[in-house]
Amino acid sequence: MNQTFQMLTGPLLWISFIIFGFGLIIRTIYLILLSRKKDRVVYNHADLKWGIKSILHWIIPLASASMRLQPVFTFMVFAFHISLLAVPLFLSAHNILWDESIGLMLWSMPDIVADLLTVIMIGSGIFLLIRRVVRAEIRILTEARDYALLLLTMFPFLTGFLAFHQWGPYQIMLIIHILSAEVLLILIPFSKLGHMILFFFTRAFIGFEMGGRRGARSW
Amino acid sequence: MSKISGQPVDSSKIRNILQANSGARIRTWLGICSRCGLCAESCFVYLSNDRNPKLSPAYKFLNTLGEMYRRKGMVDRNFLEQCFEILWLQCTMCKRCSLYCPFGIDIATMIAVARNICFSQGVTPEKLSFFSENCRATGNHMGIPADELIDTCQWMVEETEEDYRGVTIPIDKKGARYMYTINPREPVFYPQDIANAAIIFSVAEENWTIPSKGWDCTNLPMFAGDRTLAGRVVSDVYEKAAELEAEKVLITECGHAYRSLAYEGPYLAGYADGLPPIEIVHYVQLIYEYLRDGRIRIDPNKKLKEPITYQDPCNVSRNGGLWETARKIMAYLAEDFRDMSPNREHNHCCGGGGGILPMGPEYKPKRIAAGRVKAEQIRASGAKLVVAPCHNCFDQVNDLSEAYMLGVKALSLKEIICEIMIVPDKFKLGRQENDHHTR
Repeated sequence: MNQTFQMLTGPLLWISFIIFGFGLIIRTIYLILLSRKKDRVVYNHADLKWGIKSILHWIIPLASASMRLQPVFTFMVFAFHISLLAVPLFLSAHNILWDESIGLMLWSMPDIVADLLTVIMIGSGIFLLIRRVVRAEIRILTEARDYALLLLTMFPFLTGFLAFHQWGPYQIMLIIHILSAEVLLILIPFSKLGHMILFFFTRAFIGFEMGGRRGARSW
Repeated sequence: MSKISGQPVDSSKIRNILQANSGARIRTWLGICSRCGLCAESCFVYLSNDRNPKLSPAYKFLNTLGEMYRRKGMVDRNFLEQCFEILWLQCTMCKRCSLYCPFGIDIATMIAVARNICFSQGVTPEKLSFFSENCRATGNHMGIPADELIDTCQWMVEETEEDYRGVTIPIDKKGARYMYTINPREPVFYPQDIANAAIIFSVAEENWTIPSKGWDCTNLPMFAGDRTLAGRVVSDVYEKAAELEAEKVLITECGHAYRSLAYEGPYLAGYADGLPPIEIVHYVQLIYEYLRDGRIRIDPNKKLKEPITYQDPCNVSRNGGLWETARKIMAYLAEDFRDMSPNREHNHCCGGGGGILPMGPEYKPKRIAAGRVKAEQIRASGAKLVVAPCHNCFDQVNDLSEAYMLGVKALSLKEIICEIMIVPDKFKLGRQENDHHTR
């Protein structure tokens, strides 16, 4: 058990981080190089102001007409993404591990906040899952991997929460927690989850295309 | 649909087109679409057809171009015929969904590529391919010979002589400020539109000309999926304008012509910088400038009193940037202007765009069904008149009025201006001539 744990928090963790980081960097650089060859339209009408506006209006809640049409969904999506990013980065237990291994740590949030955000993350994830099943226009678009990625994203949070509160078999829970998080990290660059970086590019492009060329707000 | 039944699908040709278009944008769009379904609520086809889940923009691109990439071009004719339904009957490429997609995925661009692939296999609307052949043979989609256009212009000048004096239509005049390009539907179905344009130019004392070649501003091959011919169509206009040393190219009240010549055209014709070689001006911009500069003045007593609304053509407003310009015009023309909702760059397509209107009566039921959202918008505005500076919108609004009993009438800017502008004395038939006639 201890050996497995050491493996997961040692070499496997670093491998996951490397695949995650380099995977995203390589995918992005590849696409940038490809765009220079095949997507002249991106550069011909590039316009920093419209690009930034286009991104900002989609990372500020309800700043786009589309979000205003679906306020509940918007609320849930923001709750989901904010917790998704904040908890792993600012959890004190994670920071202690960082401190132990590289002697550096980020700011830590109080455990009660982390707990709350985790519950919010899982709750909003369940909402997104139900919405996917219930609404016909989304169900028809959804494939097995869309369900799988959503569940996999929620899994480290659920197991982390259970492990922290020592509900269920602690050691096994912890191992599943780490393992599922590592699988998730590895999958990000190779799946639609790459949108964590690529979102900024596609949003900027439509900002150029509609705003830079035509003055139309793409939000 | 023009089917080449029995003929096998040329997968290598499809693969070549897929390969040529497989840039960073399309790869990213296909790769990150998260199936969130937000685009559905933005699509008038989806909304008009009782939210049929198969009509969301994401469903449409994933099941056409997305599927072609997934199968690496190994598709059969049956699949292409299903694509036909989606690409030409369920999407007008109005680009509204891109505004409502969190990632800003440009679905219209992918639909255009998929149309190009279908076209390469002979799957394309019969009427659009007929119009394309006209373009190939005569340089305009109605197949009008050059001398016939000149005759029509001559005839229209004669028509104006009943009410005006000194109206002319200069043909192939060099060094004009505007080379005026028209929709070939005008000489055939609405020749009065050409006469109205001539009257307005004359009153504004404009230096303009109609070219004898390259006068068709429309681009139906672009909608048919024939990118090569579409490029030639825009080149004809650019080249003629250069030959005539015109300062700018002016486009009549037509939506897709503006998108073609000002935005898509440079890419279709192979201009690396994506910019047209000459300034392209839409009629909406021209009329606004005339009114602003006092070159055309409106008779205050004749200002329109009936409730009136403005149909934002997708390719003039959202895809052309002229929504505020149009509203400034309305303030000059009408006392009771009522905007539709949503409007400006968030307007809904009328349902007649993307080539479906010229595809003929066979597809009218689908076009009218898809126009339900627009019909409801018009009804809610309470307007009796609808200004539509686009031939597709114009005809569609009239069709919708009939089908949904809206009791509205579509109007072009030209006919309103001619009706209510102040005509300076020098263009009026003077007393002298009237006397002469009675003597």
